[in-house]
Amino acid sequence: MHYVSVCSVDEIDDEDVRRFDHEGKSYAIYHVDGQFYATDGLCTHEHVHLCDGLVQGFIIECPKHNGRFDVRTGKAISAPARISLRTYPAKVEQGVVYICLD
Amino acid sequence: MAAAGMVIVGGGECALHGALALRQAGYSGPVTLIGSEHHLPYERPPLSKDVLAASGAPSPKHSVDSSQLADAGIDVRLASVVQKINPDAHSVELLDQTAITYEKLLIATGAAARRLPFAQQPTARILYLRSFEDALNIRRALEPGRRIVIVGGGFIGLEVAASARRRGAVVTVVETLPRLLARVVPEEIAAVVENRHRGAGVTVLCDVSVVQVDESANRVLITLSDQRELVADTLVIGAGAIPCVEIAENAGLHVANGIVVDKHLRASAPDIYAAGDCCSFPLHLYGGRRVRLESWRNAHEQGALAGRNMAGACEALSSVPWFWSDQYNLTLQVAGLVDEGATTIRRSLGADSFLLFHLHSDGRLVAASGIGEGNVVARDIRLAERLIAGGATPSAHSLSSPEVKLKSLLVA
Repeated sequence: MHYVSVCSVDEIDDEDVRRFDHEGKSYAIYHVDGQFYATDGLCTHEHVHLCDGLVQGFIIECPKHNGRFDVRTGKAISAPARISLRTYPAKVEQGVVYICLD
Repeated sequence: MAAAGMVIVGGGECALHGALALRQAGYSGPVTLIGSEHHLPYERPPLSKDVLAASGAPSPKHSVDSSQLADAGIDVRLASVVQKINPDAHSVELLDQTAITYEKLLIATGAAARRLPFAQQPTARILYLRSFEDALNIRRALEPGRRIVIVGGGFIGLEVAASARRRGAVVTVVETLPRLLARVVPEEIAAVVENRHRGAGVTVLCDVSVVQVDESANRVLITLSDQRELVADTLVIGAGAIPCVEIAENAGLHVANGIVVDKHLRASAPDIYAAGDCCSFPLHLYGGRRVRLESWRNAHEQGALAGRNMAGACEALSSVPWFWSDQYNLTLQVAGLVDEGATTIRRSLGADSFLLFHLHSDGRLVAASGIGEGNVVARDIRLAERLIAGGATPSAHSLSSPEVKLKSLLVA
């Protein structure tokens, strides 16, 4: 398991998202209800950065076309998003958020 | 005659979302979608952007593929033109005389590019933009160094201008009104857009109109109202759109700047609905004011709402108008109706990036607009949309202060 450190827990507000770039790839890191989640950073519809989108509950909405995904599973839940996002395990250790990029 | 079922006239995204919503709502009878283009439904926003300017051979961005439509049991007739609706007989007649009866009918015929008197039809050097083929024709004209004159400083004209610069063309935009985007966004936003275009080398001419156009084999000569003459290799006209309502009018439906529908998207004859760019509908949020919107999201949402209502629901329209435009690295977004506002509150988000909140004289937030690099304004505009929908009356201080999160106003 290859965990990469992202940021400290207080750098992402509750019910919010942050962009994380690593080795040429973009990820979106979410904080909802004290838990952290990670998905691919670009919307599957038009490759827009999801970090500019709105998080409400466990749902991230693409800032451009309002496609919605569940941040826990990556599942595409409304049009125009049809393809789900890949998700990555996230954990917190000593106040730091890590995601697993295996 | 085929068995009655749901018939959808139109082959764009509004029509498609109507068909899909019928199935999602559990309707199991025949669903027939009749589109005049020979493509499956595709997204139009890229036509003024990547289809013109991206490298590689462009192709239509389809919203679904044929197997998904087949799986949903949607009978798609492409390159088919409905020439007549017979409301009494509950049938539509195709150009080839085939008649299809309907239980309920959705008219989602969209809009067409408004033609200017000097170019009723596109020619080799005078082009309009609406369809994928139109975009391909414009793309061919956008070679480095080619002189492109664009008539119309609205979204289509300006997005084409930005794409043309990406391709290295020499670009002039001619706008009749005193400034760009005069009908659609506040002046301060239009000023950012205009500066960006000028910075990219576009010549912007406002408050001047085209009085004559002479096309010859190798160029177009354009005479302006101030006597200036422009020479172009290609003239692109982006002069707005008009709703496609001819078959509705001929069927006796009430039409006034679009097919007139009620809050459930029902037209003036039984079992006929209309949705998207072709319809005029009441906005409950603005005292029932009637509008016709030409926007991507409106087409999606109304198509889906019409589908659900045709399947038996009784949902009323409730969404807030919203649109965006991308030019260069800038995105602007507008939610609500700006002209409903009496006062404007500004919130800065950084250099050339800001939000404008438009408040009604009674204190309600009725619109929000914003511009910035990338999607920097998207989240706040989306939150503002929620505030607008909820009839919120936020204080000027809370709107102008960047440290006040709009999300905190939602729960207040």
